[in-house]
Amino acid sequence: MSIEVKKLSKTYGKQIAVNQIDFQVNTGEIVGFLGPNGAGKSTTMKIITGFIPPSSGGGTVCGIDFVENSIDVRKIVGYLPENNPLYPEMYIKEYLSFMAGLSQVNQAASAVKKAIEITRLGPEQHKKIGQLSKGYRQRVGLAQALLHNPKVLILDEPTSGLDPIQVAEMRNVITDLGKEKTVMLSTHIMQEVEAMCERVIMINRGNIVADDNLKELKNKYQTSLEDIFKQLTQNVDAL
Amino acid sequence: MWTLYKKEIRSYLGSLIAYIVIGVYLVLTGLFLWFVDGNNVFDLGIASLQVMFDIAPYILIFLVSAITMKSIADEKRLGTLEILTTKPISDTAIIMAKFFASITLIAFALLLTTVYAYTIKNLASPVGNVDWGAMLGSYLGLLLLSACYTSIGLFSSSITDNQIVALLSSMVISFFFYSVLSLLGDVSFLDSVGRSLSWFGLEFHYNSISRGVVDTRDVVYFGGFTAVFLGFTQLVFESRKW
Repeated sequence: MSIEVKKLSKTYGKQIAVNQIDFQVNTGEIVGFLGPNGAGKSTTMKIITGFIPPSSGGGTVCGIDFVENSIDVRKIVGYLPENNPLYPEMYIKEYLSFMAGLSQVNQAASAVKKAIEITRLGPEQHKKIGQLSKGYRQRVGLAQALLHNPKVLILDEPTSGLDPIQVAEMRNVITDLGKEKTVMLSTHIMQEVEAMCERVIMINRGNIVADDNLKELKNKYQTSLEDIFKQLTQNVDAL
Repeated sequence: MWTLYKKEIRSYLGSLIAYIVIGVYLVLTGLFLWFVDGNNVFDLGIASLQVMFDIAPYILIFLVSAITMKSIADEKRLGTLEILTTKPISDTAIIMAKFFASITLIAFALLLTTVYAYTIKNLASPVGNVDWGAMLGSYLGLLLLSACYTSIGLFSSSITDNQIVALLSSMVISFFFYSVLSLLGDVSFLDSVGRSLSWFGLEFHYNSISRGVVDTRDVVYFGGFTAVFLGFTQLVFESRKW
């Protein structure tokens, strides 16, 4: 089991962002974390990566408690936050070596080289981040998450704002990575999930509304993923 | 922590801030020390850097605030704080790395003014007849004072994602603790209360250490002051977790 979340809740004031959710991600899986905007996807990911603590509940990544031993969890998790924050004034290599240092990578130079290779940043690698197109910036964000060769990748909307070609390339990279690593990615684009994921966890208003294999989910509802999504997320609206 | 420290230093050097800060500091202290009419070394005829040591705390309020305004506010604005804090590094280490990077830059600016000290030494009659104790004390005082200002600056930078707000609040807080508290000591109707309050001000301890007597109480005061504001910074830093 790579990620195990138990009774995880997060409240902001009176607003419940995540409500007692349980789920598991098995080793080597690519799991799509699906939900409308504001459903609690990012909040859940921020809790697992140690940016914010949960209000209650918790869980583990590769058996390490992400609330108690956050620092140890961060060593084995690669995280691409939503909106992919970067320092525009830094050079790509400079940024990646800095990140490698922060992640306590022993051979930073070769790790940077490898990450640039995997994310196909090669042709642009001597540029400043501020000069890059959105697609390349996203790759820098992904490269940053790969430097320490993490066992688990948590990617928050890795393809948002990219053009169709960049989306396709990003999908290929992520699918390749999924062969060796556990990947949990959030999105609200259905095609994304169908192209990359084996399993889907749907979340709406802080509650998990579906957690199943993609195929079985489709068999169960006998309709397209998009319709399932609409059905499940609007059902709760009606309540 | 070392990685982040190096990155901070490099970003100071890369963004002109370092050169401007050091340049402005040298120009201003140089002007007041050698050129401003009536109060410069030649007019006073005393071989001492006292003029510089009197004016430096005020210049430093501005410069330290300018150095630190970016450090946390900009990470917040860019969102990179989320990257930093999800790497295997503690919040304390992040704050300390930024603190030491700023201190290093200021210490370097202070170090460059030792050229003035050398000049003074050669101007003295006989050559070398300088109160080295007071001078060393004053330099130590300035360094400790800068540590306090830096902690105030980091705190100000942590409460906002706007660099200008950080700059202004840092200057106001620094000025309050350096000057305003010490002025209270002169307000007649406050009497002994005012004098006690002035003890809490930075100027009281800076003046005390400037005389060349390094009193443990002053050092402890400066250290404690810095620790308190770094503690506040950490508190604000962790407020995302509430």
